[in-house]
Order: sequence, then structure tokens, then C-alpha cells
Amino acid sequence: MATTRILEGLGRLYIWLLLAFLYLPIIIMALMSFNVSPFYQLPFEWTTEWYAALWQNDQLIAATWNSIEIAVITTLICTVLGSAASLALYRYDFRGKKFLQALLFPPIAIPWLITGTAMLIFFFGVGIGRGLFAILLGHVALALPYVIVVVSARLQTFAPELEEAARSLGANQWQVTSRVTLPWIMPGVIAGGLFAFAVSFDQFVVSYFLSTPGQTTLPVEIYAAIRKGFTPEINAVSTIIIVVSMALMLLTARFFKFGGEK
Amino acid sequence: MAAQGATATRSGLRSALPLLAPAYLWLTVAIFLPLSAMVFFSFMTELSLSGKPWAFTLGNYAAFFSQSLYLTLLLASLRLGLEVTLWCIVIGYPAAYVLAKVLKGRSREAIFLLVILPFWSNGLVRIFSWAMVLREGGILDTALNAVLPFKINIDLMYSYPAVIIGLVHSYVPYMVLTCYLTLQAIDDSLIEAGRSLGATRLQVLKRIIIPLSMPGLVAGAALIFVPVVGSFMEPRILGGRTGTFYGTVIEDQFVAVFNWPLGAALSFILLAVVLVILAVASPVLRRAA
Repeated sequence: MATTRILEGLGRLYIWLLLAFLYLPIIIMALMSFNVSPFYQLPFEWTTEWYAALWQNDQLIAATWNSIEIAVITTLICTVLGSAASLALYRYDFRGKKFLQALLFPPIAIPWLITGTAMLIFFFGVGIGRGLFAILLGHVALALPYVIVVVSARLQTFAPELEEAARSLGANQWQVTSRVTLPWIMPGVIAGGLFAFAVSFDQFVVSYFLSTPGQTTLPVEIYAAIRKGFTPEINAVSTIIIVVSMALMLLTARFFKFGGEK
Repeated sequence: MAAQGATATRSGLRSALPLLAPAYLWLTVAIFLPLSAMVFFSFMTELSLSGKPWAFTLGNYAAFFSQSLYLTLLLASLRLGLEVTLWCIVIGYPAAYVLAKVLKGRSREAIFLLVILPFWSNGLVRIFSWAMVLREGGILDTALNAVLPFKINIDLMYSYPAVIIGLVHSYVPYMVLTCYLTLQAIDDSLIEAGRSLGATRLQVLKRIIIPLSMPGLVAGAALIFVPVVGSFMEPRILGGRTGTFYGTVIEDQFVAVFNWPLGAALSFILLAVVLVILAVASPVLRRAA
């Protein structure tokens, strides 16, 4: 069984190589954001001046606030609408339910380039136009299916007898939902909400087509800056973004995983 | 469960509607109506809202078929999608196998999370991070020259390989995820049985492991191929002048040339291609579900 052990060792080594491939560029970008040379020259000399420079960049700060605002509102709307829809899909049976569930996949599967340009055309045609409101409309629609899928997965672990028991003890529909069902699916709702936040906060393509010069989000602003030329400032703000979104996903994994086991 | 089903059917759509309506109304306004509008616009000569007179036309589609440029670019994008998907299989499948069958317990959980994590972080920023590695005088160049005895110049930035590297980096976690899920479901005793009946490792891989994990491979391939064919930001940042693909031409119609009807037609053709591919993949996927 020596061969088996050698093969397993090679397998482990391989996984670490893959992780290196996945993380090295990100780590290098983060390191370069602390490097003195604006042309990424080595040797490395430590500085935080690029982070300090971010505070002076009003355009980036405004775009950051827009991104946070839109992500928070998207999260709130998606968790409420998504949880309601998941509950309905779980509780009731009706004709066309399969169809409604199938409708959740086009928004996930169709490339954002197509969805984004279609939204641009339609919003322009009906007079909504471009801007932050249009971006919000788009983000909610993109994130909703994820929330419904995540909350529905949590609902699969719910025992309907609990609702029956509460009802037979005299609880009305609202009490059953708020005291029995909602507390049970809460980990799913929180995970779904974090997903929604991540989808919105990291969204670039759809925001790009729906933004106007004054009304943009952070990724759109970064894309514009990259195309003008690379600067360590972009590294600094990119590093912040990547740390924030990874922390968010770790949080989501915690809720979704530990929620699922309980 | 059966009793629940019976009461549920009776209450039916009327009870479900108030809970469902807000979510599906939103999806209709922001996804389904826009997609329909795009089809409509693709048959117009002008944008009706610009005030100019407009008429129905097949001209936008005629442009696609008469100018070989668009078809060439679509083929280039399909080839890009194919190459990226193949690389993701070559790199991702063995990793998924190690995760599912070699690693155990906590280390498996931790490494799985580490593989999936970047894929939920900002895609634009991850593509940008490669610029630092690939350019001349970048990390790859410096590192290789420090190790190698002879002088070489590595300047992959703004080239086709740079686009491939960036896209594979972005999408390989999908492949690891979907293959891991199907590989994990394979019963170890099947593999042991095959081995004890005298099959070599290669035979076990070819006759048992790969056929049983096929749904994961197909799902991963579809999840990667479709967005890569429609990619435009990655070729723009890493490809520079060589980074002209079907997606970048669509982008141009909307943000630079302002020929929206043509852009809509090109988008719709892409959508049709994507739907055909998903339809071809769906029987395999359904068998898995």
C-alpha cells in the first residue's frame, strides 16, 4: 500500500498548489498596495500612503457609499420577498408551481452581459432610465433567486408537524409563522441575506450598464480607473473589497453550515 | 407528509399568491420584461425614445450574418469558452477527487471552504490582481529571473494566454464544487469492489469514477462555458488589444457606438446560443437530480 500513500501525498501537494494558484495573485496585489513604488517596483518598502490617499478620493468614497447603500437595501428587500416566496412554495401546492420554481434559474444562468443590456434597454424604454434606482432594481432581481434557493433548502429540514402542533394548541396562522416557522428558518434567512449582500456588493456587469457618471458603484469606478491605468490606489481599494467580501462569505458559511446541522 | 400535502392542495394558489406575488413581480419587471424588450428592440431601426422615426427591420440580424466579423468573434468567444472549460476540468477535477476521497474531516472542510471562498469575492478585483503577476517586471518575471541562470522576459500581459489564465482562475472553483458534490456521493465500497476484482487504478477511474461523476462534470462545464462566452471585462483588462471578443463588441454597442438595436440583436443571438447549450446539457443534469 506504499503506492497508495505516495498517491495520497501527491494529491495533498496538488491541492496546495491549487490553493497557491487561487490566492497568490490576491496576496501579491495586497502586498503591492503597501509598497512605496507606484510602479510596483521591487524591493518592497512598506507604506500606507495609498490607503491614506483613498481618503482624499471623493469620487471613490461616494461610489463606496452608493455600493454599501444599494447592497444593504437589496439585502433587506431580498430577505423579505425571498423568504415569503420560499414559504409559499414550501407550504402550498398549486398548478404551475414547478414552472415558478424553474423561473428562478434564468436570472442565475443567463450571462450578466445579456441581462444587463436587456435591463438598460427596458429601463430606458419605460422611463426609469439609468442611475442608482435602476441599479437597485437590477440587483434585487439578481439576488432574489439565490435567497429563495437558500431559504428553500433550509425549509426542507423543517418538520411540518411542528406547525400542526402549534395550530392544534390554538395558534393562528400569523403566530405559527412568526413563533415556529421563522425561528427555524432564520439561519437560512441570514445566509440568504448575506448571499444577497455579496451578489449586490460585488456586482459589476449589470451596474456597469445601468450607471451614469455621477451615479456609480465601487466596482464600476474601479473598472474605469483600471482602464485609465493601474495605480496603487486601486490595489488598496481592491484589497479592502476582497477582505470585506471574503469575511462576509466566511460568515455566510458559518450560518449556513452550522444552521444546517442543528 | 401526505396529510400536509392534502391540506396544502386545498388551500392552493389563493393562499400562496400574496406571498409569491412581490418576488415574482419584481423578477418580471427587472428580468423577464427586459429580456422580451430586448428581442423587440433587436427588430427596430432606431430607438423609439430618441424621437426619431423608427420601423421594423431584419437589418440588425442581417448585419450579423452578412459581416463575417461578428460570426468570427462569436466563434472566437465559443473557442475561448471551450478552452477555459477544458482547463477548468483538467485542473479542477483532480482537486475535487482529492477533496472528496483523500482528505477527511476538518482539513477537508477547511480546504473546501478555502477553494470556494475566492469565487464569492469580487471577480473584477481578482482579474485585476493578475495584472501585477503577468506584466513585464511583474512578480512572475522577477521570480523566474531570480531562479533561472539565464535572462528571460515574461510579459504575458495583454495576450490571449493572460485572458485564459484570468478566466480559469475565476471559474475553476465552480468545477471543483460541482465535481466534489458528485464524487463525494460515490460509495467507497464500489471502488474497493472494483479493485478487489482485479481492476487497475486506471480502470476504476475510467469505468466507475468518471461515469458516476459525469453529472458534476457537465454541470460545472455548463456553469463555466456560458458566462465565459459572454465575458467582456476579463478580455478587456487582461487582453488589451488582443482581447476583442463577442462580449466586448456587445459592450461597445451599448457604451461606445450607441447602436442599441444592433447590440440587442447580438445579445439575443448570444442568448439563443446559450439556451441551446443549456438544453443540450440539461438531460444529463436532470438525470443527476
